[in-house]
Amino acid sequence: MLTDQVKEMRVTKALEAALPGVIADGKFAFAELTLEIAPGRIVEACAFLKNQDRFIRLAAITCVDLYPMEPRFEVIYHLHSMPRPGITEDERLRLKCRLAGEAPAIDSVCSVWRAADWYEREVFDLFGVSFNGHPNLTRILMPTDWEGHPLRKDFPIHGHKYDYKSE
Amino acid sequence: MSDFNTALADMPAGEGQARRRTMTLNMGPQHPSTHGVLRILIELDGEVILKAAADIGYLHTGIEKQCEVRTWQQVVPLTDRVDYLANLSNNLCYCLSVEKLLQLEVPARVQWTRVMLTELTRINSHLVWLGTHALDIGAMSMFMYCLREREEVLKLFEMFSGQRMMTSYFRIGGLALEPPRGWQKAIGKFVNMMPDRIDFYENLLTGNPIWNVRTRGIGHLTLEDLLDWGATGPMIRAAGLGWDIRKDAPYSSYEKFDFNVPVQTDSDVYSRYLVRIAEMRESVKIMKQALEGMPEGPWQADAPQVVLPEREKMKTQMEALIYHFKIVTEGFTVPAGEVYQAVEAPRGELGYYVVSDGTSKPYRIHMRTPSFGNLMVLAPMIENRLLADSISSLGSMDFVLGDTDR
Repeated sequence: MLTDQVKEMRVTKALEAALPGVIADGKFAFAELTLEIAPGRIVEACAFLKNQDRFIRLAAITCVDLYPMEPRFEVIYHLHSMPRPGITEDERLRLKCRLAGEAPAIDSVCSVWRAADWYEREVFDLFGVSFNGHPNLTRILMPTDWEGHPLRKDFPIHGHKYDYKSE
Repeated sequence: MSDFNTALADMPAGEGQARRRTMTLNMGPQHPSTHGVLRILIELDGEVILKAAADIGYLHTGIEKQCEVRTWQQVVPLTDRVDYLANLSNNLCYCLSVEKLLQLEVPARVQWTRVMLTELTRINSHLVWLGTHALDIGAMSMFMYCLREREEVLKLFEMFSGQRMMTSYFRIGGLALEPPRGWQKAIGKFVNMMPDRIDFYENLLTGNPIWNVRTRGIGHLTLEDLLDWGATGPMIRAAGLGWDIRKDAPYSSYEKFDFNVPVQTDSDVYSRYLVRIAEMRESVKIMKQALEGMPEGPWQADAPQVVLPEREKMKTQMEALIYHFKIVTEGFTVPAGEVYQAVEAPRGELGYYVVSDGTSKPYRIHMRTPSFGNLMVLAPMIENRLLADSISSLGSMDFVLGDTDR
């Protein structure tokens, strides 16, 4: 559960006060704060952090495959608030949602930051996590007819065997 | 355009012919103005772009996947290949993030050398950008002048690392080699030459009426839009916000250097040009300070488990030989954990998210590359504007497709 240090942080307090129960876990390591969010509530958490709090920028969305552990996928959101008129600190926050390995899906945050568009497509492409409500969830880096999701840990590094004879 | 469009709409349609016809144009993937292999699908109504969609992935080489089967130190050469114009920024970002996980403090001389060479990388990248951007707009001679100076930069890289482009000069725990004898003279010569050369570029372009017409007021987007779409770096600074990671979250002892963050407010192609030109001047300033105040000391951290021992020690000392053997054959382990380290690369925020599971290989590395974020702005920047202006807008975004596709 949350340590006292994490509980005392400004963002944790603000988020917990506005949306009780949204934080499932959290840790503070290497001077970086990570909050684990209940997967079903990611959009409201992000909308609060952007609109009511100060995290106007989404730096990136990515994913970590913990195969063969369950829940298998961790979707990571890197949020950032840079110093600007009225705000002096440079703050970064990492949100994490754990998803089960079977048909992983989470709500899209495209409605919060438009920058989420390509990052979610990238995670979909390379990890096979689908984002509900994404306007155009298609492959972005791999060819459209590619089979499998290359950054999953059970995808072989040399790719799948290719049979030249059947060409 | 509005008069022309109205006239077109009022024209009587022929038999079986739609009143307004749009044309879908495929720009790229090998179009010269796309600076790499980028494909843009454009729907045109006459000269106006109605809709644009970027298609990326042609340079996807699976670098993030490859990182997972390399030892920590072996990943450094892969980071070079992410953004081939800002390789040392990538090296730096990766080394900083792994050093953060290792809680390894590198000596002051290493930090200063890293700052100096990263700024040289910024000049290198901006020179290629300026040359190709001007070439797109029609100022052909700029390309030759910029590449003339870039040659000097590449010679310096070669002097330090033995490589002109894929330097891999920064390693976890220090540098790959001791800075070569006489580097002060070479860097000093470059630092003295560069301001005059930048004046020369500005003489050619800044007041040039053709350049002004082609770039002023083109590709405008508001600061809010740019931030929302994920743009970083000079694009944001040209829109009025002086956000620079070197100032706001200093790394590698940037806090010890005195430099300004150039800001413009017009948020068009011209102000992005002005910001990058001013950044080159600031980079020269930082390099000068690094040259004058370079601290003495070792060029590698005192961490025998991580850093390869000196050749001489390896031949005479048992422990050094053992460490050498272990580091080369199995690498070193990094404590389990996750870090995100951001640096200000020439194109914007470069961030490495590194996850370790406590073994000698990275568990996951995600590269938050500036070009990927910047390229998302492409569609809003060129839609409902003239096709001819899309070329200068594209150039002003300064993307590298290797950086986008990884």
